[in-house]
Amino acid sequence: MAKNRVLVVGGGLAGLSATMKLAELGIPVDLVSLTPVKRSHSVCAQGGINSVNDLTRQQGDDEWKHFDDTIYGGDFLQNQPPVKEMAYWAPKVIDLMDRLGVTFNRTPEGFIDRRRFGGTLYKRTAFAGATTGQQLLYALDEQVRRHEAAGLVKKYEFWDFLGPVLDDTGRCVGAVAQDMVSMEIRSFPADAVVVATGGCGLVYGRSTMSVFCTGSAASRCFQAGAKYANGEFIQVHPTAIPGADKLRLMSESARGEGGRVWVPRKPNDPRAPKDIPESERYYFLEERFPKYGNLVPRDIATREIFNICVNEGLSVDPTRMCVYLDLTHIPRAELDRKLGGILEIYEKFQGVDPRDEPMKIFPAVHYSMGGLWVDYEANGEGGLLPGSPRNQSTNIPGLYAIGECDYQYHGANRLGANSLLSCIFSGLFVGPGIVNWIQANKASADLPKSVFERAVSAQEARHKQLLSNRGGEGENPYLLHQELGDIMTRAATVVRYNNQLTDALAKVADMAERGKRCSLADSGNWTNQNVIFTKALQDMFPIAQCILEGALKRDESRGAHYKPDFSMPSLTSTDPAERRREAEQWCDAFDENTNKYLKTSVCSWQGDAPELEYEDVDTRLLAPRPRLYGLVGAEVIEQVWKERSETRSGQNSEKKLVGSAH
Amino acid sequence: MIAAGPEATSKRRPSKINVRVLRQDGPGLPPYWERHQVEYEPDMNVISVLQKIAAQARTSEGNAVAPVAWDCGCLEEVCGSCTMVINGRVRQSCSALVDRLLEDHPEEIELRPMTKFPVIRDLMVDRSRLFHSLKRVKAWVPVDGYFDMGAGPRISRDEQEQNYPLSQCMSCGCCLEACPQFNKVELQRNPGESDEEFAARKEAAYSVEFVGPHAISQAVLFNSHPVGKNLERERMEALTSSGGVQACGNAQNCVAVCPKEIPLTTSIARAGRAATVYAFKKLFDR
Repeated sequence: MAKNRVLVVGGGLAGLSATMKLAELGIPVDLVSLTPVKRSHSVCAQGGINSVNDLTRQQGDDEWKHFDDTIYGGDFLQNQPPVKEMAYWAPKVIDLMDRLGVTFNRTPEGFIDRRRFGGTLYKRTAFAGATTGQQLLYALDEQVRRHEAAGLVKKYEFWDFLGPVLDDTGRCVGAVAQDMVSMEIRSFPADAVVVATGGCGLVYGRSTMSVFCTGSAASRCFQAGAKYANGEFIQVHPTAIPGADKLRLMSESARGEGGRVWVPRKPNDPRAPKDIPESERYYFLEERFPKYGNLVPRDIATREIFNICVNEGLSVDPTRMCVYLDLTHIPRAELDRKLGGILEIYEKFQGVDPRDEPMKIFPAVHYSMGGLWVDYEANGEGGLLPGSPRNQSTNIPGLYAIGECDYQYHGANRLGANSLLSCIFSGLFVGPGIVNWIQANKASADLPKSVFERAVSAQEARHKQLLSNRGGEGENPYLLHQELGDIMTRAATVVRYNNQLTDALAKVADMAERGKRCSLADSGNWTNQNVIFTKALQDMFPIAQCILEGALKRDESRGAHYKPDFSMPSLTSTDPAERRREAEQWCDAFDENTNKYLKTSVCSWQGDAPELEYEDVDTRLLAPRPRLYGLVGAEVIEQVWKERSETRSGQNSEKKLVGSAH
Repeated sequence: MIAAGPEATSKRRPSKINVRVLRQDGPGLPPYWERHQVEYEPDMNVISVLQKIAAQARTSEGNAVAPVAWDCGCLEEVCGSCTMVINGRVRQSCSALVDRLLEDHPEEIELRPMTKFPVIRDLMVDRSRLFHSLKRVKAWVPVDGYFDMGAGPRISRDEQEQNYPLSQCMSCGCCLEACPQFNKVELQRNPGESDEEFAARKEAAYSVEFVGPHAISQAVLFNSHPVGKNLERERMEALTSSGGVQACGNAQNCVAVCPKEIPLTTSIARAGRAATVYAFKKLFDR
């Protein structure tokens, strides 16, 4: 019998941690990546990675609270067992990264320093300057290089994953990929395939993501039959630096270290920011959200900044929309030590020193909470069963998804510094389950060659067909991409309306047709970036359709998905009795909405459009409760809600909530 | 995205930008210059210029051509992908702002591939040698494994502040392009040679050539880690053999071009001293 192999697609934090864990377990890994793995998009993560730690523990924090914050921040849309497991692993993940040599910032005594991030009241976030993602990625890259030198890992860098190979029973037995230099297309037989290919920001044209974050790998799995879940939940980061080629992230850590967001109270105030006295500055996040201040969850900060510019007309720049993010009150030495990396980015790309002058920032598409649907198997405590082959498995047996390209961990809104955690955690955790999967199945290398030849020739046909579309008649893929980005940005970012979504769906369906008629400026067969990009573009449309379809059907506001026409209203009455009655009604409406929309939206591909179904969310550990950051009348609603849940828990106290997920 | 691009910092706003690109259709083929012209927009960088060139796929003379091939990733100078030679200087193309380039050279922007690595096509080069050097110096911490064994060793703030800059090296290759002691190694595939055989022959050729400042600096970084140090002997063996630290000619170009301002010459000096100590020890331990 041939030796088992696993194929990992993508070499960011998730892909590398899976590779290194599998190698430790003795499994040879083929690692396919569009770029040298050390250059993966994880390098862009700035702020840090969350876990409960010795210090916060003594302030009353524990793993359960990290779990609770993550679920609450995500508006209860996550299945709870995977999130619980992640929160309980978090301190161990940071310990491991510490052992691998990550240069985390230190306290004077030599412990790992921590900062506070959005959506929590504890300082849980470990960080390495403002380049935490880069530092974590390098530590994993080094370990994988170690296994590569020992012969257990083989890298295929500058290779494009074209799709999974399925056998006659529908099991994934490998993949087809293309060498982006020689353009050779070949198959990689594998006993399991792990897709760790990140987000889909390029569907929006410009975003904070790297150029290879097209979502095409996830889309190719989706079009091969894998389900795609919660696509409509796209995180728009509150603070980015607008640019012509990309929107560069300004990390939440800038606010975590004391950065304050403000605008002049007077519209179109022509004075320089320094000349505007405190009393004439509107620190709108601090005023509206006294408890969390500048560190409200991202969806809320984004809407507030968007709103203050678009609806209240208080943008600080007359020619474009932006607000101040101000660090100038913090000593330079401290800024350099803790935020050096990101301040340099601002300085380098804007030509202004943010230590002297407030930065000008505006929201940008940043992260995809949705992604490939994956399974899990719960244990008796409501966490995950370690070693279960179901964990992180897509609905295609043998095809796994981890990291940003799965949908598991962040629900309707991701908390800052939880993504690095979810990537490394899912990468480490998937390993033992895959080993068990492999042992229970026939080796892919023993399958008839025809299975792989068929898959390769289908991809070769697609490639040849595209190359033959030469000449100026057809669509220009780069311009078509810009058009897609404009449509998606307008219809499916911060604020969403059904008429716009319906319109965008029709346009994208039309563009998908036009995408088939792209004509290429390069028909050669050597390092042809033109054809690689065109394929990625064609595969962006199904993902765009999932996003729009999910957003259209979801007539509510939840986390990053905000529809003003279907939002829960603030309380209006000032009379206490009337206000109480309004709060009762509010809670009734909340319950009704929960019953209807606390569901995972799951899309499956029908050849030209996605079909959407809803799936129940596993809320076995925490009952959904209203997310009330800053709502008028929140305290009355909270009171009513508390009374109701006490009654309910009295009724339910005999019910034991354990068992398997599905 | 949502907002319009910010205002241009420069007052000069030409309507067109002239770009001259040194192209090459494949390995071993002759390079040739080609002129392109793109519309000026505020706040452009070389990446957005190349994006426009790809979209129009026409030279200034109006001839239809294939888009220029180049490598890029994060576009915010942390991934190390987009290194090229711009107006004679090796640097990242994402942080090369058009307004600044035009201040110095209003006529045109000149783009060339790096010269120390084999050209794959146009501005794309094969930098696999750079990663191979990291294997030569075993740039990793040799942990037992990835099970939970508690926290790592206590590290002082001073140590962290010394090591963090070194660990920001993004393997962009600027230091290698600027180094007089780092010379191009370009092999052609022999007839009938398999991928594996060709890769092995390349690695063998790389292994006797100068490892480069980036790898020396990584060796210093890992030798100063409490557990990384366990491989110090092996790293010093690599740094004292052919292509090791003694190959450095002290031109100090590396530190001048490093986009991350990594103190590479300090690392090389530390490695040089350690190499001397190691060589003596080895002599007397015999």
